[in-house]
Amino acid sequence: MITLLKNGRIYDPAHGKDGVNADIYIRDGRIVAKPADHEKVDQTYDLSGKVVMAGAIDMHSHIGGGKVNIARMMLPEYQEKHQQKQAQELKGLSEPEAHICSPHCSHHATPSTTDTGFRYIEMGYTAAFEPAISPVNARQAHLEMGDTPMIDKGGYAMLGNDDYFLRLLADKKDQKAINDYVAWILHATQAIGIKVVNPGGINAFKFNQRRLNLDENNVHYQVSAREILQSLSRAVHDLGIAKPLHVHCNNLGAAGNFATTLDTMSASSGLPMHLTHIQFHSYGTEGDKKFSSAAAQIAEALNKNKHITADVGQILFGQTVTASGDSMMQHLNAKHANPKKSVIMDIECDAGCGVLPFKYRDQNYVNALQWAIGLELFLSVEDPWRIFLTTDHPNGAPFTSYPHLIRLLMDKAFRNEAFAKLNLDAQAMSNLTSLEREYSLYEIAIMTRAGAGKLIGLNDRGHLGIGAAADITVYTDQTDREAMFARPDYVFKNGELVVRNGSVVKVVWGVTHTAKPAFDIGVEKDLKDYFDRYQTMQLDNFKISNDEISSDGRGQVVTHQNNKE
Amino acid sequence: MNNQNHNAVPLNATCPACGLLCDDVTLSLTPELSLQNGCTKGIHFFEDAFNTSASASPLLAGKSTNLETAINAAAEILAISKQALFAGLGTEVQGMRNIMSLAKKTNATLDHIHSESTVSNTRTMQNSGWLTTTLAEVKNRADVILAIGTDITSTHPRFFEKLAWNTDSLFDKPTPELIFLGAPEASKKENAAPDGKEPTIIPAKITQLPEVINALNSLLNGKKINVETVAGIPTNTLISLIEKLRTAKYAVIVWSASALKIPHAELTIQSIVQLISKLNENSRAAGLPLNSGDGDSSVNNVSTWLSGYPTRSRFNNGIPVYDTYHFATAKQLASCDALLWISTFNPYPAPNTQAPVIVIGHPDTKFERMPDVFIPVGIPGVDHNGQMFRMDSSITLPLKKLRDTNLPGLSEVIGKIEAKLSNRMIDGTAA
Repeated sequence: MITLLKNGRIYDPAHGKDGVNADIYIRDGRIVAKPADHEKVDQTYDLSGKVVMAGAIDMHSHIGGGKVNIARMMLPEYQEKHQQKQAQELKGLSEPEAHICSPHCSHHATPSTTDTGFRYIEMGYTAAFEPAISPVNARQAHLEMGDTPMIDKGGYAMLGNDDYFLRLLADKKDQKAINDYVAWILHATQAIGIKVVNPGGINAFKFNQRRLNLDENNVHYQVSAREILQSLSRAVHDLGIAKPLHVHCNNLGAAGNFATTLDTMSASSGLPMHLTHIQFHSYGTEGDKKFSSAAAQIAEALNKNKHITADVGQILFGQTVTASGDSMMQHLNAKHANPKKSVIMDIECDAGCGVLPFKYRDQNYVNALQWAIGLELFLSVEDPWRIFLTTDHPNGAPFTSYPHLIRLLMDKAFRNEAFAKLNLDAQAMSNLTSLEREYSLYEIAIMTRAGAGKLIGLNDRGHLGIGAAADITVYTDQTDREAMFARPDYVFKNGELVVRNGSVVKVVWGVTHTAKPAFDIGVEKDLKDYFDRYQTMQLDNFKISNDEISSDGRGQVVTHQNNKE
Repeated sequence: MNNQNHNAVPLNATCPACGLLCDDVTLSLTPELSLQNGCTKGIHFFEDAFNTSASASPLLAGKSTNLETAINAAAEILAISKQALFAGLGTEVQGMRNIMSLAKKTNATLDHIHSESTVSNTRTMQNSGWLTTTLAEVKNRADVILAIGTDITSTHPRFFEKLAWNTDSLFDKPTPELIFLGAPEASKKENAAPDGKEPTIIPAKITQLPEVINALNSLLNGKKINVETVAGIPTNTLISLIEKLRTAKYAVIVWSASALKIPHAELTIQSIVQLISKLNENSRAAGLPLNSGDGDSSVNNVSTWLSGYPTRSRFNNGIPVYDTYHFATAKQLASCDALLWISTFNPYPAPNTQAPVIVIGHPDTKFERMPDVFIPVGIPGVDHNGQMFRMDSSITLPLKKLRDTNLPGLSEVIGKIEAKLSNRMIDGTAA
């Protein structure tokens, strides 16, 4: 069967196409070259004047796993409140949110797995990556992602605070041993990338350390965050994993943390490194309130260091919940929780987590400045291939507010109008209105499609070239970019029409993307001994088989070739 | 043992008999069933499981019938129900996924057999949050373990064997000091370490625990208590307990919601959580709530990711609703117009109700009053594979099929009932 998407305006940065009118042919879920004249086109969509992009890819969104489910469980009142609110809104009885979500937004910061899949596809997103899978909890993360319909999934496994890795490092084991372990973890957890959260800090918190700087040692292992970063970024590089090491820096959310962030950039010694939710790591200490924007310094460093990529983690105003692996910093920040409650966990000599509800308010000095800092970063980082559009869902805001965020980036007047409503002291501390830049559709397509696909190493997603999976989103060009991106006309998943006019017309189940570099299986000998002596589960049960993901007939594991092959 | 493969090779198993979910268990079936790394609870579970009939037949009003007829009858009952109650819910992850799907279709109310206890923990977490830990952290870090209102091992038998008396630990810590607050004196001998060291018992009645824990909170907050004893416990004993918790490198406080059979158990748990929170201002301590069993962690996790809520919930025309008070089984039994009782790990009988009753569960389930439909299904981790959450929720482990039987799995049965309901709706024959 051949489907023709006729005469759309194509934004496909991977092939340099910036709004050119062209036809796209789809066969068997893939984009194909124009078929021979005698071949029958079964279906034609006339897309004249419509904006056509690849399906969007969210490269950092907490969609599944222990802490997300804790966030859901601990905030029943939030879901109830929003259901009432939704009902009221339908009757036109109440003011809309400070951040206006898509028309189908569940208004819930941590939607159920079903809602997650639906809300994503309704916005034209066809893949999302869970950035913080603790290896011991990977089975749960995959179970939840397996119950997430419509989109492709994948995840980054967290290392660097697990006692096995820190022992290797403290014992000065060679890089090969580290590499084998990292590769083994990718296989065992069915992940596509490696993440480190507050390098060494989560582990240090278990030894009662309350902060850890880049060059400070974990008290027990006597290794520094810098050494952890170096070792892991080297391993990711040596193994040829496409996705650079995903780094959540030390000192999350702390005033003055921009210095740590700048130092972290240098810690990879020139190897690729991705700094995540960098907005939360771009804070200075200037001004009366000792909290200021260091977006300019961070952006300058990003512009200079071509081996570094970053996603923003924009905050938007309203109620949300922060769910992080960073138990150390979340415990420290628990006093700011709103409503005032927090779940903090030490997890299995492997990881930690901290979940706190948060309400970002535009009249709060710090929150208002956080909002401005995120936008300053977006507008000051020059290369859209190296900066990615995220809210660190749900930590900065629910992913359903992406259309609003896109409008803030594309529409200066809209942005400045929003800025003028902020806390006045915060306004005085931000240069946002002096930034003239407005993102183009092409740049948005880079940030949310081509760049994200390339960063993660999804060779056949994020672009519209011949052979690509036919994940395609079609929008009506509107000056109101929020309305435009909230409600695509069509979304195709693997060539099938799944969304029409912003509503799901067919339920499908995406695949799970993984990377499985080769390694020396001999690593299991030491690991087996470690599990038998210190862990509370068998090594074999730690590993997740392909069958576990695919046996229900819906899921499928796709393994991507790494760089070196 | 009936109708099953007698396997001469020892089988590796994950034991679902308690929340520790031990996966280091090896079963031998010949010459008779024996367990390596087993415990009393585990042996009991596997013995019962392997003694169940592997070819039990479904019953329709007490008369033997085939599976299809029983599934049709169950679907009929649910099709005309307006307020079905799905209770018991003794199952693992895959079973619960199917139950959720059926509940969405029927607007049924969901409640787990142990919710009465679980809800006290969940509501504490929802009201104030908490700081908790997991089993491997206890094994490698804990130097003081305080158990409140429980000796732990009567419900989680291998707890100390695996997590306190381990000779290997990552940080060369000493064997943890065990303190039982409000456990029976007899538990002292029963929980003696291999080297003979017995736990310290601080006797208190369960009903007195709120008073004792509040006193501990006061002491930790630097307040003086001007009485000699609190609930019969010398104040000095409490002072030295606080001292131990404060100076521990990693204190673990364990409680069992199911043991706290007192009014306002939730407030008592909240008080324990406060104690832990305060300790963490200066030193490290963490809580560890014991679960109650029958897949409670699995059921509540699955329910939460599929609907946003743990159990004591329902779908109302697709919209999930949560009510820990009104959706209790005991309350719903009076008003439901159909009861679907599910208990696959244990042969627990369905509670009494006037409404039509469907039981899907353990083949050995005995009935006081014969249900309208009984469908015996396989036991997870014995008759079929599955996945189960451990008590600490962070770990999910595979359950393995250990024998061949003719028994269908719960997922299969629920899936078929749902398919029947869908067909009825398509046919336009639904009520």
